[in-house]
Amino acid sequence: MSRTSTKLSRTQTVLRGVVLGAGAILFLFPFYYMVIGSLQLTPDTSVAGAFPSPDNITTANYEAINSRINLFAGLINSGIFTGGVVLCTVVFGVLAGYALAILKWRGRGVTFALVLLVQVVPFQLLMIPLYVLIARNYGLSDNYLGMILPFAINSTAVLVFRQYFLQLPRELFDAARIDGAGELTLLRRVALPLVRPAIVTAVLLTFIGPWNEFLWPFLITKDAAMQPLAVSLANYVTNVAASTANPYGSVLAGAVVLAAPVVILFIVFQRYFVSTDVGSAVKG
Amino acid sequence: MSSSTTRRGDRVRSPRRDPGSADARPPVRRSLFSRLLGVQPIGWLFGAPYLVFAIVVFAYPLVFAIYMSFFDYFFSAPGVEVDKPFVGLDNYVAVLTDPAVLQSFGNVLVFLVINVPLTVVLSIVLAAALNKVVHLRTFLRVSYYVPYVTASVALVGVWLFLFGGGGLVNNVLGPLAPDPSWLVNPALAMPTIALFVTWKQLGFYILLYLAALQNVPQELYESASTDGAGPIRSFFSVTVPGVRQATVLVLMLSTIIGANLFTEPYLLTGGGGPNGASASPVLIMYQRGIQQGHPGFAAALGIILTIAVLIVALLQRRFAGGREE
Repeated sequence: MSRTSTKLSRTQTVLRGVVLGAGAILFLFPFYYMVIGSLQLTPDTSVAGAFPSPDNITTANYEAINSRINLFAGLINSGIFTGGVVLCTVVFGVLAGYALAILKWRGRGVTFALVLLVQVVPFQLLMIPLYVLIARNYGLSDNYLGMILPFAINSTAVLVFRQYFLQLPRELFDAARIDGAGELTLLRRVALPLVRPAIVTAVLLTFIGPWNEFLWPFLITKDAAMQPLAVSLANYVTNVAASTANPYGSVLAGAVVLAAPVVILFIVFQRYFVSTDVGSAVKG
Repeated sequence: MSSSTTRRGDRVRSPRRDPGSADARPPVRRSLFSRLLGVQPIGWLFGAPYLVFAIVVFAYPLVFAIYMSFFDYFFSAPGVEVDKPFVGLDNYVAVLTDPAVLQSFGNVLVFLVINVPLTVVLSIVLAAALNKVVHLRTFLRVSYYVPYVTASVALVGVWLFLFGGGGLVNNVLGPLAPDPSWLVNPALAMPTIALFVTWKQLGFYILLYLAALQNVPQELYESASTDGAGPIRSFFSVTVPGVRQATVLVLMLSTIIGANLFTEPYLLTGGGGPNGASASPVLIMYQRGIQQGHPGFAAALGIILTIAVLIVALLQRRFAGGREE
């Protein structure tokens, strides 16, 4: 390589670093501001207010919102809802993915087509009939089952697991079958251990959805004691916040409590958010 | 590796391994079930939970939505029979002549015109840059992904604070601050929502592009640089065509997500305000269908919206992805 091209690539690298760094700061700033705002005694929206000042720091906002919506109960509800969805997604997804990838059975093609079709239809179209069925006909409003039911199957997860199982060598399964292993044993002892990292990724990705989901639990839960945190916080924003002393402070305190579990989980497990996994997830 | 070789292997080898009962049964069972259920009927058992749920929470509601859209459907207590008359296409006519619905479709159009190009351009550029970066790779990746993993409801809280009348953004802009402020300004409410969604979702699309970039052969970059192409030239001649499949996906997904907007207009602009300037079709489905009790109208709106989105997505696929293959 000539000297000019190395010099060029040097400026490029610096430029790239500056652009990426500035972008990252722009992306992270609202999170920083969320924490700062949640700790301010009186909201300070001036430029100086973006920096913490010791005489304007308080935890009163957290107490204020906790007195109006039970943050702990909200977190528990979010946890049960999310846990139920993740469990169903993984169990049903692994079983269906295994059946579609490894087993030969009549109806496999039709099932696969169905999986693709489910992915195409947006949830919003099903929202009204699901509300009529689950809330009105089955009487499952204000009920964990009613919250979880529409998300119990996740076609993307089925496609991901199918993709992972397809990548396993067939000889492995043939050999184990010859040794007399049943399909359930094969799935548990041979297939699952091999795709374990993929399952971790799937669990993490599935976790984000229901934890952050607003529309469906909002429709189905009217009882404040049953609402996931996202719903009770949203109701607080639309109904209650205006009547409190520091509305922004308390809303942001709630936002920090809602965001923290996922952000921490994401940072701890960020190496599982491998681009290739997610890529295959969406491409099927 | 076809099934016939497996079967032959089975017959030859299993008697040697464990003679007796185990290998005597399978051929019998196979002949009984295989014609009806396939070689491995247990596949039905494994697929059954998925299939049952797909019928209960997908197929039946889908049919129900279509049914409902042709009736003057209203809510009743369980077990109570109320007359729900067939009204033909009345719901569809009502939807298509409703000024609020038409406005909401216009709003979505404004949203898509801002959000989709911004998403595609920013995510492809940032992914290409992130792909080459060596230092602080993890930090940078995490920074861009974090809005995507965080709940909209939490992020909306900060944006209300940032973009409010006396918020930080207006304080920084000083005399340039719009009046009325961002979220209560009819001309700026929808663009602000589009900006919010772009920021929130960008990490996911960067992730998709990063995956696609791994499949662009390195030799193409080398030969481009041998031919004297600079970094910008090779970005447009190698990177952009190399990730075309991902671009089609990003176009389609961002359109579908944009068309199904609900949380942001509901919370950020207080229910589609000002004066419906940021109302989305899904918000109207909620208001009419559940709040005001006209699920037939909402179902018809949902069907029209879904068909419109499918048409747009297919057009995108045809025009953005057709040339390559």
